[in-house]
Amino acid sequence: MLQVYGTELRSRLLLGTSRYPSPAVLTQAVKASHAQVVTVSLRRESSGERAGQGFWSIIRELGVRVLPNTAGCHSVKEAVTTAQMAREVFGTPWIKLEVIGEDDTLQPDVFGLVEAARILAAEGFQVFPYTTEDLVVADRLLDAGCRVLMPWGAPIGSGRGLNNLFGLKALRAHFPDVPLVIDAGIGVPSHAAQAMELGFDAVLINTAVAQAADPVRMAAAFAQAIEAGTEARRAGPMEPRDLAEPSTPVIGTAFLK
Amino acid sequence: MKILVNGAWRSTGAPDLAAALLELGYGESVVATALNGEFVPVGSRNDARLAEGDRLEILAPMQGG
Repeated sequence: MLQVYGTELRSRLLLGTSRYPSPAVLTQAVKASHAQVVTVSLRRESSGERAGQGFWSIIRELGVRVLPNTAGCHSVKEAVTTAQMAREVFGTPWIKLEVIGEDDTLQPDVFGLVEAARILAAEGFQVFPYTTEDLVVADRLLDAGCRVLMPWGAPIGSGRGLNNLFGLKALRAHFPDVPLVIDAGIGVPSHAAQAMELGFDAVLINTAVAQAADPVRMAAAFAQAIEAGTEARRAGPMEPRDLAEPSTPVIGTAFLK
Repeated sequence: MKILVNGAWRSTGAPDLAAALLELGYGESVVATALNGEFVPVGSRNDARLAEGDRLEILAPMQGG
Protein backbone atom coordinates (compact mmCIF):
# COMPACT_ATOMS: atom_id res chain seq x y z
CA MET A 1 0.00 0.00 0.00
CA LEU A 2 1.17 3.52 -0.76
CA GLN A 3 2.01 5.64 2.28
CA VAL A 4 2.04 9.42 2.03
CA TYR A 5 2.56 11.49 5.17
CA GLY A 6 1.40 8.55 7.27
CA THR A 7 -1.78 8.00 5.26
CA GLU A 8 -2.18 4.63 3.56
CA LEU A 9 -3.73 4.64 0.12
CA ARG A 10 -4.91 1.56 -1.75
CA SER A 11 -5.45 3.41 -5.00
CA ARG A 12 -2.41 4.73 -6.82
CA LEU A 13 -4.47 7.06 -8.95
CA LEU A 14 -4.96 10.65 -7.82
CA LEU A 15 -7.63 12.39 -9.84
CA GLY A 16 -8.12 16.03 -10.72
CA THR A 17 -11.63 17.49 -10.59
CA SER A 18 -11.34 20.12 -13.31
CA ARG A 19 -12.69 20.34 -16.88
CA TYR A 20 -15.40 17.63 -16.70
CA PRO A 21 -18.49 18.09 -18.87
CA SER A 22 -20.75 18.19 -15.79
CA PRO A 23 -20.70 17.66 -12.01
CA ALA A 24 -22.54 14.35 -12.53
CA VAL A 25 -19.82 13.06 -14.86
CA LEU A 26 -17.16 14.19 -12.38
CA THR A 27 -18.87 12.20 -9.60
CA GLN A 28 -19.15 9.09 -11.74
CA ALA A 29 -15.56 9.39 -12.97
CA VAL A 30 -14.21 9.63 -9.41
CA LYS A 31 -16.16 6.50 -8.49
CA ALA A 32 -15.04 4.61 -11.62
CA SER A 33 -11.40 5.55 -10.99
CA HIS A 34 -11.47 4.23 -7.39
CA ALA A 35 -9.31 7.25 -6.56
CA GLN A 36 -9.08 8.00 -2.83
CA VAL A 37 -7.55 11.42 -3.36
CA VAL A 38 -8.83 14.21 -5.60
CA THR A 39 -7.24 17.57 -6.24
CA VAL A 40 -9.17 20.78 -5.65
CA SER A 41 -8.48 24.48 -5.84
CA LEU A 42 -9.58 27.91 -4.62
CA ARG A 43 -10.95 30.67 -6.78
CA ARG A 44 -12.67 33.99 -6.34
CA GLU A 45 -16.38 33.64 -5.70
CA SER A 46 -18.99 36.35 -5.88
CA SER A 47 -21.62 36.14 -3.15
CA GLY A 48 -24.42 35.55 -5.63
CA GLU A 49 -23.12 32.58 -7.61
CA ARG A 50 -22.22 30.07 -4.87
CA ALA A 51 -20.70 27.71 -7.45
CA GLY A 52 -17.90 26.84 -5.10
CA GLN A 53 -20.30 25.87 -2.31
CA GLY A 54 -22.08 23.44 -4.64
CA PHE A 55 -18.81 21.95 -5.82
CA TRP A 56 -17.57 21.48 -2.27
CA SER A 57 -20.72 19.61 -1.23
CA ILE A 58 -20.31 17.25 -4.23
CA ILE A 59 -16.74 16.46 -3.19
CA ARG A 60 -17.67 15.95 0.45
CA GLU A 61 -20.37 13.48 -0.54
CA LEU A 62 -17.78 11.41 -2.42
CA GLY A 63 -15.96 10.72 0.86
CA VAL A 64 -12.49 11.07 -0.68
CA ARG A 65 -9.45 12.92 0.63
CA VAL A 66 -8.76 16.26 -0.95
CA LEU A 67 -5.40 17.59 -2.07
CA PRO A 68 -5.77 21.36 -2.56
CA ASN A 69 -3.44 22.96 -5.08
CA THR A 70 -1.87 26.37 -5.47
CA ALA A 71 -2.51 26.43 -9.23
CA GLY A 72 -1.99 29.77 -10.91
CA CYS A 73 0.51 31.03 -8.35
CA HIS A 74 3.64 32.58 -9.84
CA SER A 75 5.38 33.73 -6.66
CA VAL A 76 6.33 32.30 -3.30
CA LYS A 77 4.10 34.82 -1.53
CA GLU A 78 1.02 33.94 -3.60
CA ALA A 79 1.61 30.20 -3.16
CA VAL A 80 2.11 30.44 0.61
CA THR A 81 -0.98 32.63 1.10
CA THR A 82 -3.08 30.36 -1.12
CA ALA A 83 -1.90 27.33 0.85
CA GLN A 84 -2.87 29.00 4.13
CA MET A 85 -6.33 29.80 2.75
CA ALA A 86 -6.74 26.26 1.38
CA ARG A 87 -5.84 24.68 4.73
CA GLU A 88 -8.62 26.60 6.42
CA VAL A 89 -11.29 25.94 3.78
CA PHE A 90 -10.52 22.28 3.12
CA GLY A 91 -9.40 21.34 6.63
CA THR A 92 -6.28 19.46 5.55
CA PRO A 93 -2.54 20.07 5.97
CA TRP A 94 -1.98 18.56 2.51
CA ILE A 95 -1.03 21.01 -0.21
CA LYS A 96 -0.10 20.36 -3.83
CA LEU A 97 2.44 23.13 -4.18
CA GLU A 98 2.68 24.72 -7.61
CA VAL A 99 4.82 27.77 -8.26
CA ILE A 100 4.63 28.37 -11.99
CA GLY A 101 7.71 29.83 -13.65
CA GLU A 102 6.82 29.88 -17.33
CA ASP A 103 3.40 30.29 -18.90
CA ASP A 104 3.73 28.34 -22.16
CA THR A 105 4.90 25.13 -20.54
CA LEU A 106 3.58 25.78 -16.99
CA GLN A 107 7.03 24.66 -15.94
CA PRO A 108 7.55 24.97 -12.19
CA ASP A 109 9.77 27.75 -10.86
CA VAL A 110 11.89 25.32 -8.90
CA PHE A 111 13.71 28.06 -6.98
CA GLY A 112 10.45 29.52 -5.72
CA LEU A 113 9.13 26.02 -5.15
CA VAL A 114 11.93 25.10 -2.76
CA GLU A 115 11.54 28.40 -0.89
CA ALA A 116 7.76 28.04 -0.57
CA ALA A 117 8.08 24.37 0.45
CA ARG A 118 10.44 25.33 3.28
CA ILE A 119 8.07 28.01 4.59
CA LEU A 120 5.01 25.76 4.40
CA ALA A 121 6.71 22.71 5.94
CA ALA A 122 7.78 24.92 8.86
CA GLU A 123 4.13 25.98 9.26
CA GLY A 124 3.06 22.34 9.55
CA PHE A 125 1.91 21.74 5.99
CA GLN A 126 2.44 18.37 4.32
CA VAL A 127 3.74 19.48 0.97
CA PHE A 128 3.31 17.67 -2.35
CA PRO A 129 5.56 19.74 -4.64
CA TYR A 130 4.91 19.81 -8.39
CA THR A 131 8.46 19.67 -9.68
CA THR A 132 10.63 18.54 -12.57
CA GLU A 133 12.79 15.40 -12.69
CA ASP A 134 15.86 17.42 -11.62
CA LEU A 135 17.78 15.46 -8.98
CA VAL A 136 19.29 18.46 -7.24
CA VAL A 137 15.92 20.18 -6.92
CA ALA A 138 14.47 16.93 -5.58
CA ASP A 139 17.18 16.80 -2.97
CA ARG A 140 16.52 20.42 -1.93
CA LEU A 141 12.79 19.75 -1.67
CA LEU A 142 13.42 16.80 0.63
CA ASP A 143 15.76 18.98 2.66
CA ALA A 144 13.00 21.60 2.85
CA GLY A 145 10.74 19.04 4.52
CA CYS A 146 8.85 17.42 1.62
CA ARG A 147 8.22 13.71 2.07
CA VAL A 148 6.57 13.19 -1.32
CA LEU A 149 7.70 14.47 -4.71
CA MET A 150 5.55 15.01 -7.77
CA PRO A 151 7.69 15.19 -10.90
CA TRP A 152 6.03 16.10 -14.17
CA GLY A 153 5.76 13.62 -17.01
CA ALA A 154 5.15 16.40 -19.55
CA PRO A 155 3.64 19.91 -19.41
CA ILE A 156 0.24 20.13 -17.68
CA GLY A 157 -2.61 19.22 -20.00
CA SER A 158 -0.31 18.24 -22.88
CA GLY A 159 -1.02 14.50 -22.78
CA ARG A 160 2.45 13.70 -24.05
CA GLY A 161 3.33 11.04 -21.49
CA LEU A 162 6.74 10.58 -19.91
CA ASN A 163 8.92 13.02 -21.85
CA ASN A 164 12.26 12.41 -20.17
CA LEU A 165 12.47 8.69 -19.44
CA PHE A 166 16.15 8.83 -18.61
CA GLY A 167 15.68 11.64 -16.10
CA LEU A 168 12.66 10.02 -14.48
CA LYS A 169 14.44 6.67 -14.15
CA ALA A 170 17.40 8.44 -12.57
CA LEU A 171 15.08 10.17 -10.11
CA ARG A 172 13.47 6.87 -9.16
CA ALA A 173 16.88 5.22 -8.72
CA HIS A 174 18.24 8.12 -6.64
CA PHE A 175 15.34 8.23 -4.20
CA PRO A 176 14.17 4.62 -3.82
CA ASP A 177 12.33 5.30 -0.56
CA VAL A 178 10.59 8.59 -1.36
CA PRO A 179 7.01 8.36 -2.66
CA LEU A 180 7.15 9.70 -6.23
CA VAL A 181 3.92 10.67 -7.97
CA ILE A 182 3.95 11.47 -11.69
CA ASP A 183 1.93 14.66 -11.93
CA ALA A 184 0.97 16.19 -15.26
CA GLY A 185 1.36 15.20 -18.87
CA ILE A 186 -0.23 11.75 -18.77
CA GLY A 187 -2.43 11.37 -21.86
CA VAL A 188 -3.51 7.74 -22.13
CA PRO A 189 -3.59 4.72 -19.80
CA SER A 190 -0.44 3.24 -21.36
CA HIS A 191 1.51 6.29 -20.10
CA ALA A 192 0.24 5.61 -16.60
CA ALA A 193 1.07 1.91 -16.86
CA GLN A 194 4.57 2.85 -18.00
CA ALA A 195 5.03 5.13 -14.99
CA MET A 196 4.07 2.32 -12.66
CA GLU A 197 6.30 -0.20 -14.49
CA LEU A 198 9.22 2.20 -13.94
CA GLY A 199 8.53 2.03 -10.22
CA PHE A 200 6.72 5.29 -9.59
CA ASP A 201 4.33 5.13 -6.69
CA ALA A 202 1.27 6.80 -8.17
CA VAL A 203 0.05 9.06 -10.94
CA LEU A 204 -2.06 12.19 -10.84
CA ILE A 205 -4.39 12.59 -13.80
CA ASN A 206 -6.92 15.23 -14.73
CA THR A 207 -7.26 16.30 -18.37
CA ALA A 208 -6.75 12.81 -19.80
CA VAL A 209 -9.89 11.66 -17.98
CA ALA A 210 -11.95 14.86 -17.96
CA GLN A 211 -11.50 15.61 -21.66
CA ALA A 212 -11.96 12.05 -22.93
CA ALA A 213 -15.08 11.48 -25.03
CA ASP A 214 -16.34 9.26 -22.18
CA PRO A 215 -14.62 10.38 -18.97
CA VAL A 216 -16.22 7.69 -16.80
CA ARG A 217 -15.02 4.92 -19.08
CA MET A 218 -11.56 6.49 -19.31
CA ALA A 219 -11.36 6.74 -15.51
CA ALA A 220 -11.94 2.99 -15.28
CA ALA A 221 -9.38 2.36 -18.05
CA PHE A 222 -6.78 4.34 -16.10
CA ALA A 223 -7.54 2.38 -12.95
CA GLN A 224 -6.92 -0.88 -14.82
CA ALA A 225 -3.69 0.39 -16.43
CA ILE A 226 -2.32 1.53 -13.08
CA GLU A 227 -3.19 -1.80 -11.52
CA ALA A 228 -1.48 -3.64 -14.41
CA GLY A 229 1.63 -1.43 -14.26
CA THR A 230 1.89 -1.88 -10.48
CA GLU A 231 1.63 -5.66 -10.80
CA ALA A 232 4.17 -5.68 -13.64
CA ARG A 233 6.64 -3.76 -11.48
CA ARG A 234 6.22 -6.31 -8.69
CA ALA A 235 6.67 -9.12 -11.22
CA GLY A 236 10.05 -7.71 -12.32
CA PRO A 237 10.08 -6.72 -16.01
CA MET A 238 12.74 -8.23 -18.29
CA GLU A 239 15.68 -6.10 -19.42
CA PRO A 240 15.40 -4.84 -23.02
CA ARG A 241 18.09 -6.07 -25.46
CA ASP A 242 19.38 -4.61 -28.69
CA LEU A 243 19.43 -7.87 -30.65
CA ALA A 244 16.95 -10.70 -31.07
CA GLU A 245 17.16 -13.77 -28.90
CA PRO A 246 15.13 -16.84 -29.95
CA SER A 247 12.40 -17.61 -27.47
CA THR A 248 12.06 -21.16 -28.79
CA PRO A 249 14.98 -23.39 -27.67
CA VAL A 250 17.63 -23.87 -30.41
CA ILE A 251 18.98 -27.14 -29.04
CA GLY A 252 17.32 -30.04 -30.88
CA THR A 253 16.36 -27.97 -33.92
CA ALA A 254 15.80 -30.35 -36.86
CA PHE A 255 18.40 -30.33 -39.66
CA LEU A 256 16.25 -30.21 -42.79
CA LYS A 257 18.52 -28.68 -45.45
CA MET B 1 -15.36 53.90 1.89
CA LYS B 2 -14.39 51.96 -1.19
CA ILE B 3 -12.55 48.66 -1.10
CA LEU B 4 -11.48 46.28 -3.84
CA VAL B 5 -13.38 42.97 -3.46
CA ASN B 6 -12.11 40.21 -5.74
CA GLY B 7 -10.87 42.85 -8.15
CA ALA B 8 -14.04 45.00 -8.22
CA TRP B 9 -14.57 48.27 -6.33
CA ARG B 10 -17.35 48.09 -3.73
CA SER B 11 -18.69 50.64 -1.29
CA THR B 12 -18.96 49.45 2.27
CA GLY B 13 -19.66 50.82 5.70
CA ALA B 14 -18.37 47.70 7.44
CA PRO B 15 -15.68 48.45 10.04
CA ASP B 16 -14.01 45.04 9.87
CA LEU B 17 -13.66 41.98 7.64
CA ALA B 18 -16.30 39.89 9.45
CA ALA B 19 -18.89 42.65 9.01
CA ALA B 20 -17.92 43.15 5.37
CA LEU B 21 -18.50 39.46 4.60
CA LEU B 22 -21.99 39.65 6.07
CA GLU B 23 -22.76 42.87 4.21
CA LEU B 24 -21.51 41.40 0.92
CA GLY B 25 -23.73 38.33 1.33
CA TYR B 26 -21.17 35.67 2.21
CA GLY B 27 -22.83 34.92 5.53
CA GLU B 28 -23.00 31.12 5.41
CA SER B 29 -20.51 30.45 2.64
CA VAL B 30 -17.35 28.43 3.11
CA VAL B 31 -14.73 30.97 2.07
CA ALA B 32 -11.18 31.93 2.92
CA THR B 33 -10.12 35.54 3.06
CA ALA B 34 -7.00 37.58 2.44
CA LEU B 35 -6.63 41.29 3.12
CA ASN B 36 -3.99 43.19 1.14
CA GLY B 37 -2.33 39.91 0.23
CA GLU B 38 -2.20 38.50 3.76
CA PHE B 39 -4.30 35.52 4.86
CA VAL B 40 -6.88 36.38 7.53
CA PRO B 41 -8.09 33.27 9.40
CA VAL B 42 -11.77 32.98 10.38
CA GLY B 43 -10.97 33.74 14.01
CA SER B 44 -9.22 37.00 13.15
CA ARG B 45 -11.86 38.50 10.86
CA ASN B 46 -13.38 40.58 13.68
CA ASP B 47 -10.00 42.14 14.37
CA ALA B 48 -9.18 42.90 10.73
CA ARG B 49 -10.09 46.61 10.42
CA LEU B 50 -10.91 47.88 6.95
CA ALA B 51 -9.54 51.06 5.42
CA GLU B 52 -10.13 52.97 2.20
CA GLY B 53 -8.54 51.21 -0.78
CA ASP B 54 -8.05 47.84 0.95
CA ARG B 55 -7.80 44.79 -1.29
CA LEU B 56 -9.99 41.93 -0.14
CA GLU B 57 -9.86 38.47 -1.69
CA ILE B 58 -12.68 36.03 -0.99
CA LEU B 59 -11.95 32.53 -2.25
CA ALA B 60 -14.13 29.43 -2.34
CA PRO B 61 -13.59 25.75 -3.24
CA MET B 62 -13.28 25.19 -6.96
CA GLN B 63 -12.38 22.40 -9.37
CA GLY B 64 -8.65 21.84 -9.65
CA GLY B 65 -6.07 19.60 -11.24
